[in-house]
Amino acid sequence: MATLNKPKTLLISLASVLLLVLALVLPASGVLNPYVVQILMYVGINMILTLSLNLVNGYMGEFSVGHAGFMGIGAYAASILTVWVLPRAWTPWAFPLVLVVGGLAAAVAGLIVAFPSFRTRGDYLAIVTLAFNMIVKSVLENLEVVGGPRGFLGMPRLTNLFWVTAWVLITVLILRRLVYSNFGRGITAIREDEVAANLTGVDTRRLKLYAFLISAFFAGVAGGLFAHLLQFINPRSFSIIKSTDMLVMVYLGGVGSLAGSLLGATIFTVLMEVLRPLGLWRWVVGPLLLVLLMIFRPKGIMGFKEWKWLREEKVASSQ
Amino acid sequence: MFQILAQNALNALQLGSVYALIALGYTMVYGILTLINFAHGDIFMVGTYLSLAAAVFLLGLPLGLPLVVVFVGALCFSMALTAVLGVVIERLAYRPLRQAPRVSAVITALGVGLFLENFTLGILGPEPRHFPTLIPLQAWEIWGLTITPLQILIILGAAVLMVLLDFLVRRTLLGMAMRAISYNRLIVPLMGVPVDRVISLTFAIGSAIAAAGGLMYGLAYPVLDPYMGIRIGWWAFIAAVVGGIGNIRGAMLGGFILGAVEIFTPVLLPSSTYRDFVAFSLLLLLLVFKPTGLLGRPVFERV
Repeated sequence: MATLNKPKTLLISLASVLLLVLALVLPASGVLNPYVVQILMYVGINMILTLSLNLVNGYMGEFSVGHAGFMGIGAYAASILTVWVLPRAWTPWAFPLVLVVGGLAAAVAGLIVAFPSFRTRGDYLAIVTLAFNMIVKSVLENLEVVGGPRGFLGMPRLTNLFWVTAWVLITVLILRRLVYSNFGRGITAIREDEVAANLTGVDTRRLKLYAFLISAFFAGVAGGLFAHLLQFINPRSFSIIKSTDMLVMVYLGGVGSLAGSLLGATIFTVLMEVLRPLGLWRWVVGPLLLVLLMIFRPKGIMGFKEWKWLREEKVASSQ
Repeated sequence: MFQILAQNALNALQLGSVYALIALGYTMVYGILTLINFAHGDIFMVGTYLSLAAAVFLLGLPLGLPLVVVFVGALCFSMALTAVLGVVIERLAYRPLRQAPRVSAVITALGVGLFLENFTLGILGPEPRHFPTLIPLQAWEIWGLTITPLQILIILGAAVLMVLLDFLVRRTLLGMAMRAISYNRLIVPLMGVPVDRVISLTFAIGSAIAAAGGLMYGLAYPVLDPYMGIRIGWWAFIAAVVGGIGNIRGAMLGGFILGAVEIFTPVLLPSSTYRDFVAFSLLLLLLVFKPTGLLGRPVFERV
């Protein structure tokens, strides 16, 4: 019986609506100054990226270090739509669709990484994802139509706090359903022991494929949001340095935990903003943090733990 | 036509020598620890800056030192200090993780690499530095080929270092210990092999060779910036994987192949900016179809 869960579901829905209303009202009413809104939007985009990477690195235990590649493909695909394809007047209304297309483009690119993952694991797969990241960057730099190394601009500023909040909620709620589903159990089994998972009837290939596609999709959506916030993208925004930032957020917050991803993205984004006065030295903090985390607390803040509202819904026994 | 080809092959040999020297560091560490030391490209970068510092210092002394002395001094200084750097990195960052999942160590290595880059950037600022000329810039014409003393120095120097290393690994007690550890890390300590010391020495040797490669690179391509280690390091890493990571002769072979890729890409494709695309596509294809590289032995997974 699902009666026990009704209040929780209702509460989550209510909280989501409230958040969305706040995201719409607060910037418009001038309670939050534009700088704070800007930071909040970066936090939200980083949350989506971290959640998407956590699906592969945390839940499935595979090792992607090239997620900025997916983000870049999503960003360029979405930007091409709004700049060249769609009439300007339509773009505000078509924006969610544009982001979905960006995400789908990234998901298609996810195939490039998913297929090698059938044959290779561990650090070799890490190299594949890194090579993927480098190839994406190199291709973007050589495509003169989208500006080559100079970058691509002309996107309308469509990203606002409302859309960022909406996509964070969509990502969290979809991933929450996924990680406690058959799919989620399957990829967790792959993390624990791929051979054993295969022997107990888990279709490891299909699950890996799905995991990479879903993860790439959300990274692509985040890329689209990023492009329409900054209104300027260049291939260097999607280099291995960006991928490392995502890794820091995942491992800071905690692997295999949605709450961890939300926390990790928030803490890291705010920390980097607070450290802005340090200038060039700011960039030393992230890598140092990553090394210290790996040595002293490889599970991160929340490793494998979850906030209550994100936990699995207990199905009441039928007795 | 033949002359162009031969000239490019010579240039590829020069560049490939540098890649091979750096690839050796990757492959030695992987062979002994099964750790991809992603910081190695940045260790190379630090080595290049150290030799720059030594060269500028020695040239600035009011002694009028001959260039050979400056060269040897810079080489010794940077090799020694970079070796220390490699050992310190292993001690502080990798040793605590030796029992941890391999992925943790790989992430740590990425972090160490970025740390070195950004730390150097913080100290020196983003402006590129210029390497002084230590080798006379004359050119000899032989059978229509242009050969510079620098080219000969790089190719011969790299060859000497590689032969020495091959000898070290195959013929000495230390080399035997290295091969034993890479064969089985659980049993070997029981035979009285000081594993920690051998691993430290491996990092020292790998880093010192990268520093030698750094000096040669600095002489041949005299503009240095803190992020130079990323691209060179990656190319050397691909070289190590192409040759079969963990295999020292494979690293040399891979280095020359990657040197050829870089030199011949602009000859065959419209622009040299495609070189990263070509190199990483090569890596991707190789990993999918022959993950052990050209000279590597296949690894079987027991269930």
